[in-house]
Amino acid sequence: MMRTAMRGLASHWWRHPGQFLTLILGLALATALWSAVQAINAEARASYDAAAGTLGLQRHDALVRPNGSLTRADFVDLRRAGWRVSPVLEGRYLPGGAGPPLTLVGIDVLSAPPGVLPPGLAAAGAEPVELLMAPGVLFAAPEVAARLTGVPDLPALRASAAVPPGQILTDIGVAERLLDREGALTRLIVLPEQPFGRPPLAEIAPDLALEAGTPEGEIARLTRSFHLNLTAFGLLSFGVGLFIVHGAIGLAFEQRRATIRTLRALGLPAGRLAVLLLSEVVVLALLAGAAGVGLGYAIAAALLPDVAATLRGLYGAAVPGVLGFDPLWALAGLAMALAGALVAAAQGVVRMLRMPLLASARPRAWQIVSDGALRRQFAFGTALLAIGAATPWLADGLIAGFALLAGILLGAALMLPLVLSALLSLGARRANEALTQWFWSDTRQQLPGLSLALMALLLALAANIGVGTMVGSFRLTFVGWLDQRLAADLYVSAADAREARAIAAFAEGEGLGLLPRVSVEAALGGAPGALEGVVDHPVYRENWPLLTRTETTWDDVSSARGVLVNEQLALRSGLRPGDLVDLAPGWALPVAGIYSDYGNPAGQVIVALSALTARFPEAEPRSFGLVGGPDDGTLRQRLLDATGVPPGAVIDQAEVKAISLAVFERTFAVTGALNVLTLGVAGIAILTALATLASMRLPQLAPVWALGLTRRRLARLDLVRSALLAALTFAVALPVGLAVAWALLAVVNVEAFGWRLPMHIFPAGWGVLFVLSILAAVAAAALPARRLSRVAPAEFLKVFANER
Amino acid sequence: MKGDHATALQRHARRRLLSRRAALSGLGALATAAGMAPALGQGFAGLGTDADGFAVPTRGVPLSFPQDHGPHPAYRIEWWYLTANLTTSDGREGGIQWTLFRAALDPGGDLGDGWRSSQIWLGHAGLTLPGRHRYAERLGRGGIGQAGVRAAPFAAWIDDWALADPAAPLPPETAAFAATGDALDRLTVRAAGTDFAYELGLRAEGPLVLQGDAGYSVKSPAGQASYYYSQPFFRVEGRLLFPDTAVDVRGQGWLDREWSSQPLAETQDGWDWVSLHLVTGEKMMGFRLRDRAGPPFTSATHIAPDGTETPYSDGALTLTPLATAEVAGRAVPVRWRAHLPAKGIDVTLTALEPQSWMGTATPYWEGPIRIEGSHGGRGYLEMTGYVPE
Repeated sequence: MMRTAMRGLASHWWRHPGQFLTLILGLALATALWSAVQAINAEARASYDAAAGTLGLQRHDALVRPNGSLTRADFVDLRRAGWRVSPVLEGRYLPGGAGPPLTLVGIDVLSAPPGVLPPGLAAAGAEPVELLMAPGVLFAAPEVAARLTGVPDLPALRASAAVPPGQILTDIGVAERLLDREGALTRLIVLPEQPFGRPPLAEIAPDLALEAGTPEGEIARLTRSFHLNLTAFGLLSFGVGLFIVHGAIGLAFEQRRATIRTLRALGLPAGRLAVLLLSEVVVLALLAGAAGVGLGYAIAAALLPDVAATLRGLYGAAVPGVLGFDPLWALAGLAMALAGALVAAAQGVVRMLRMPLLASARPRAWQIVSDGALRRQFAFGTALLAIGAATPWLADGLIAGFALLAGILLGAALMLPLVLSALLSLGARRANEALTQWFWSDTRQQLPGLSLALMALLLALAANIGVGTMVGSFRLTFVGWLDQRLAADLYVSAADAREARAIAAFAEGEGLGLLPRVSVEAALGGAPGALEGVVDHPVYRENWPLLTRTETTWDDVSSARGVLVNEQLALRSGLRPGDLVDLAPGWALPVAGIYSDYGNPAGQVIVALSALTARFPEAEPRSFGLVGGPDDGTLRQRLLDATGVPPGAVIDQAEVKAISLAVFERTFAVTGALNVLTLGVAGIAILTALATLASMRLPQLAPVWALGLTRRRLARLDLVRSALLAALTFAVALPVGLAVAWALLAVVNVEAFGWRLPMHIFPAGWGVLFVLSILAAVAAAALPARRLSRVAPAEFLKVFANER
Repeated sequence: MKGDHATALQRHARRRLLSRRAALSGLGALATAAGMAPALGQGFAGLGTDADGFAVPTRGVPLSFPQDHGPHPAYRIEWWYLTANLTTSDGREGGIQWTLFRAALDPGGDLGDGWRSSQIWLGHAGLTLPGRHRYAERLGRGGIGQAGVRAAPFAAWIDDWALADPAAPLPPETAAFAATGDALDRLTVRAAGTDFAYELGLRAEGPLVLQGDAGYSVKSPAGQASYYYSQPFFRVEGRLLFPDTAVDVRGQGWLDREWSSQPLAETQDGWDWVSLHLVTGEKMMGFRLRDRAGPPFTSATHIAPDGTETPYSDGALTLTPLATAEVAGRAVPVRWRAHLPAKGIDVTLTALEPQSWMGTATPYWEGPIRIEGSHGGRGYLEMTGYVPE
């Protein structure tokens, strides 16, 4: 009996391979988008952990010489005095003279703390001795290693996924040769285990300063909001995908009412039937889930380089651009597919079980539009919207921002059917011709069947408009801000005091404005931040992007009577001009202005350079802006020649802008890609829904056909109907999307990044989206319409003959 | 496994060094256990050849001092190896070990300048009291001054550890021995780990002793050898330091100097070595190379109180384990019979602290022993190549 029943139920899929494909495709897509986001997040998290372990040099306390540079002799002196330290030499490195500069990290493999070298180096083919002996070995992330292949005069290259991208790890002897800094050191790591009875630092090296290591998890904290953003998008895609699955499974159940009634009549108990139906869902879910996980992996692999670039650009977090494979992740994807399919199938199964044994097997395409039900749904949607809108008032944090977004999106989606119904009734009332009246009413009639798909479309459109507006607004603001902020022509960083003096001398000799900058780490508002010392220069007064200013802002700053704080810090600590901000123990100054500081997740305060160096005498300017030179294109070269700083240490303004913009574009490339994919999923949802309806609508169409409307005309009307519904949905989605954009700009961004952006609107983009959604709807309707135009007249006749 | 690599590197350095005599014996089994077998095989292949381009010891070449107190970079491995049997001011017996190994990564033969030097230095320090054994390990490279050896005035150092011309008070001179003016006559030694340190003064009360054939010490029936001499006549005074206390000690020290390039037979998988200070004023050095394929290879040197040495070749000395203890998951002999009939020496050697385990990158057992039987006395025992059961 079970076998027969199974075969009976399964035969449905043989007869409707298209439906089967839709179901699998929908579930696979939903799973794919969700797992892609999960894969990216997992990869990023894994590399934060790896970075903390492998090149976790930042984790350890380190010794530096604030007023000069460290040398090999410092290392030897400290070791001979009993301090267990390990040298690090870092520098910007341009192998082959092209491409973005890399950071070359040289360590002493004999004294480095455990865990600093990439694990499994032996597996990568390096004899330990090769590391030490000429010409040495460079370790780099696979993509960096690939980029360097073929660069002449390089030591042996080994790809290691454990090395953060943008870095090359090597022995210090190799590093000093490649960087041409014989005997130089950047810092000395203090090993965790120190011998008993070593002398205090003040006795043996009073001019060195101990810098505390960055605690682990700092990167994870900074990037949490970014990953939360991605997760939200993944969930949205998954939700949209579930609409398809729900549609397809619902359709399958509807169409198998006859089979099921027969099986029940033949004596199959309801319990067994439920088991059969559920196992069918499980098998389908696993099948689709597997396909989805595979697809998700491909999507993640395609998106990861952009995400990696974003994380690096925005947070300095190193994530490899190459995706690993984690079986746990795949299992989670499958589980998600299974859970989603079960949720989508629950309604159908319950309905099947409750169906009276002798109920009509007629598909229930003819649903009375219950205004009551729609109103209840509308009320529920309104409530969701209200709750969402209230959350930011009641709770703080990014989660509240996402609750607001979810409230807007879900609330609007639930309200959609009643709104559409009202609009369609309005249309019907204004129609004065029988056919148009029928058209409006028939369209309204189909709303219950289409509403899920249309809600999916609304979600996709609103998310698209919202995110598009946010990205566009951000971009406009960001470009303007870059122009203001990057006022100097050249930016130079000095490796030591000697280079700093050479740069200053060069600026004076050339008659250039010199903008030295000192950065001191500080705890601002309870979180790590930085104090930046700047000199009083017209460039700042004219260009610095202030959001809030007073008459005397710059005078206050230059006389150290006030400071500028960045927007992030001002928002986080609730600072306004005139409020005191704690800069260091026993040092607080009033806020003289607030400036925008996009792309920096941490708090920052700008103070007069003289005041900062008076407080922190060991801090010295190491980064300089040069302004006002004759721009004949040779300035950079003259600077290099005159000061001897390595080419990697000089960046001109255009380069910074290009890099910043590239980071920006890549940041949102991911959201853009997910957006397009979500819209695609919504299109498929419409297709499924229409296909479902098409097969059930013959009874409604037969009378119209009998009255003389040709099949072709009926098909054309179906296309028009689909376009109309898409257009109406778009009309509703537009305000929802703008609300989403506002929520993103004014709530989510503020919580996630600490900056609030002005909102700009982009009607041209809406036009494109409108056309796209109409095209998607028409394309989705094309297949069922085509089928309708070819239905054999006998099928229409049967409607009158059979069952009715 | 995060520390994997550094450990592998240390092992690699140690492969050429191993622990002192162990290096010469080859220690195939130990090296295999440490995953370094292929590399070791390479070194072994050239029996009697030029040892991968490194210099090899030649019989009949006289040692010359103070130059030979300094490093010999043309040879692959070399060490400065001090052990001392000590008595604390409150009457406890104990001992310390201080060792500096040099290993050359390639036969370029120069001490190098800067980070790129091919010389690696490795320091081991051990401190043993009954019920307490401490050890520490240091690794550094040559060419930058972090570690090295100077022949005269003598200094051997790695980080803050040093065995050098005095910088601290020495034991007072006695009439028993008139110093020969050797660079090793007066030394101080210091080392520190996370939970122990020691600072000792050393004064030689006898001459240098050349082991084997005037310093040419044969290490296998196949004839491989090292240069090997000792200063076994140190009188020692100083302090052991712990985080909560310091203890005054005095006793006897023994310095070994050895360098070579060739590992030994593949079937020799372990080494047992002893240095004995007998109450009669005599000294004895003996070792036994355990061979999987046959009887052990033994060698001994008897040193009269005036420093007159009598070398004994294979078979003259027998070393027999009497009892084992479980140490770091291995069965290690901690009681021995040493029998050198030619000099009427038949003694039982008992470890002061059976758990004198050096858990360094290449682990081994090294600690003080008590001597009973035909002669009383005290000494040091080193055992390598004991693998976990």
